[in-house]
Amino acid sequence: MSTILSLPDQSTASLPKVSYLNKEYGLKSWLLTQDHKRIAILYLIAITFFFFVGGAMAALIRLELLTPQTDLLAADTYNKVFSAHGIIMVFFFLVPVAPAVLGNFLIPLMIGARDVAFPKINLLSWYLFVSGGCIELTMMVFGGVDTGWTFTTPLSTHYLNTNVVAAAMGIFVAGFSSILTGLNFLVTIHRMRAPGMTWFRLPLFIWSYYATSFIFVLATPVIAIALVLVVLERIIGIGVFDPAKGGDPLLFQHLFWFYSHPAVYVMILPGMGVISEVVACFCRKRVFGYTAVAFSSVAIGVFSFFVWAHHMFIMGISSYSALVFSLMTMLVAVPSAIKIFNWSATMYKGSITFDTPMLYTLGFIGLFTIGGLTGVFLASMGMDIHLTETYFVVAHFHFVMVGGMVTAFMAGLHFWWPKITGRMYPESMGRIAAVILFTGFNLTFFPQFILGYLGMPRRYAAYPPEFQVLNVFSSAGATVLAVGYLLPLLYLTWSLKYGKIAGANPWQAAGLEWEIQSPPLTENFPVTPIVTHEAYDYEWLASKKGSEVPTVG
Amino acid sequence: MDSHTLAAQTADTGHVEDEHAPFLRHHFESVPQQREAATFGMWLFLTTEIMFFGGLFCSYLIFRNWYYPAFVAGSHTLHIWAGTLNTTVLIVSSFTMAMAVHAAETRVRRALMGWMIATLILGCGFLCVKAYEWHDEWVDHHVPGLNFGPESFLHGTKAYPDDKLPLDVAEKTQLYFSLYFLMTGMHALHMIIGVSLLTILLIQVRGGKYVNGHVAPIENFGLYWHFVDIVWIFLFPLLYLISRHQ
Repeated sequence: MSTILSLPDQSTASLPKVSYLNKEYGLKSWLLTQDHKRIAILYLIAITFFFFVGGAMAALIRLELLTPQTDLLAADTYNKVFSAHGIIMVFFFLVPVAPAVLGNFLIPLMIGARDVAFPKINLLSWYLFVSGGCIELTMMVFGGVDTGWTFTTPLSTHYLNTNVVAAAMGIFVAGFSSILTGLNFLVTIHRMRAPGMTWFRLPLFIWSYYATSFIFVLATPVIAIALVLVVLERIIGIGVFDPAKGGDPLLFQHLFWFYSHPAVYVMILPGMGVISEVVACFCRKRVFGYTAVAFSSVAIGVFSFFVWAHHMFIMGISSYSALVFSLMTMLVAVPSAIKIFNWSATMYKGSITFDTPMLYTLGFIGLFTIGGLTGVFLASMGMDIHLTETYFVVAHFHFVMVGGMVTAFMAGLHFWWPKITGRMYPESMGRIAAVILFTGFNLTFFPQFILGYLGMPRRYAAYPPEFQVLNVFSSAGATVLAVGYLLPLLYLTWSLKYGKIAGANPWQAAGLEWEIQSPPLTENFPVTPIVTHEAYDYEWLASKKGSEVPTVG
Repeated sequence: MDSHTLAAQTADTGHVEDEHAPFLRHHFESVPQQREAATFGMWLFLTTEIMFFGGLFCSYLIFRNWYYPAFVAGSHTLHIWAGTLNTTVLIVSSFTMAMAVHAAETRVRRALMGWMIATLILGCGFLCVKAYEWHDEWVDHHVPGLNFGPESFLHGTKAYPDDKLPLDVAEKTQLYFSLYFLMTGMHALHMIIGVSLLTILLIQVRGGKYVNGHVAPIENFGLYWHFVDIVWIFLFPLLYLISRHQ
């Protein structure tokens, strides 16, 4: 049973006099803040900046690939550009984007806490993130690095004279930011829940952030030590990765992917949490199979630690271990599919409204399914030998990360934008941008599946002329995609001043964060809430009129 | 469901005495919650440390299997007395640290300061012995990358006349020493951080902190200190003892 609710009349809504945004003024009150909501805003600003730097690199790559010759960029410049694109997008956008922005803002609100467990550490992690990013940008200004984002040895340790050390140190510093964020979230979720907020009343958003945080805490230290070893290998030649001294480059691959594969799930799990919330709200239904969705997040987190060697099928690992890793990788498809099926089942017979967050969500479900299924292709070894190091792989992970994570992040950003700023974004513009983004994305990356299948290798500035048509499609799509990203930047900024006043609960959504004013008070909840119900009680909400929706403060 | 509305009553939390404790941060409900959060956070941090050292232990395991004779010969060059002394020093320092936590819990400032100073001295003592060992290894040309020569493994030593390795095997001792310096170096780095933190805490205790029931910082530092100790408890047998009688 579900009913369509008319949204509360926003013409009568007014901005609260005091909120976290106007309680204090001045640069200092922002840069030294310990308020999780302000730190989330700081992250949002920094991450948006890095996203557009990484995006500019992507634009250069697509421009260069418009023609088969190396005409715009020389081959070594091209290497530096795609390395910078990878490093910035992975370590300074995808990994922190959803945890640090949405997680910081929403986790305390959703569990009924006044702040995260360690506010000072939270601020410290922002500074670490920004320092790491500054190191990276400085490194790029002084010549860049051309290892790709994977720092593959012995290329990175012996054969390059670019700024590998600086690049590795920047990631090392930013890694601590991830570790501290994950640690903060875990402690917050365990110890700061409001009375009555039991584990199975938590929003699914929290479950997926919980799994994400565990990956942060367990995996990131391993890449830290791997990068320290690369730096020491370069500076003093310790020999651990140097075959001439008895070391083994493959060891680096193991250490690197032991982090980097779980990190791939860090780039999708939070997105899945966002989708669960949005689907429930815009279908006016409880998420189908709550427990299964919750535990599938945990399962993805656990499996993520046992699949890393599928990045190394052609690097000379034994065929028996490759067999096991291939099987484990296919198993990851199970919890992912559980989620997709449960979201679809939630939509079944729901009262769906196609507001912007829901449009992004539908885009996510389609794109992530394609991205995920092509991952199963790549997990089977025979296919992998044909497809690895081709554009098929590039298309696969862009479908998961851009089509999945970035789309989910946009869904979340639009969904909670009224809560964050107190104002609505322009809905029609939002819908247009969502459709542009979806179209542009498919036009950019679908041709790359075909290119990869036909055998076009990744990481080259030049290619045989017969691939040009598909590459032109892809580059043309990238311009559409760019519009799809620039448009939200413009209208979201516009809405800060001119958007309609949102009111506490513009979506009539369930969940603790919607029961307080938007934007919230610095202390979030004037009185500690006592939770008596699950996060998705839409049937109860449907029986109430708009004016009766509970609010506090 | 009428109880749906967020009850406008504060949850009954904590001790009455704790409600206004000066060290209770604004976002916690009660002192026990704050203390539990801090301790849980510390344990999680230690988990990340285990993963950090785990990469090195894993490399040690692999290379020891590959280059067994070189690792045995490399191990023979270490000073067993220095390792044993340092192990003793660290275990005793763990004891003094545990006593410091106890003193903080019983709110005895003089005892707390005494035990902390003892821990500090033992920690510095450990670092001195370690520095002496490293200096010795530098003199013997055992520092990979900077100052390494395989000569000392070609002819056997007084204590181990059988350590006559062919040149290619002798060069593999480099990996043993790489891991030796990485592991003991990372461990020493943690000791230096520990000693620095301890000094800061000591100054704060002198100013009167942590003897008013707010023991979490001392307790959590204790956890860190014991963790660093335990890492050494694994390093000592792996680097010094395991090949003693081969």
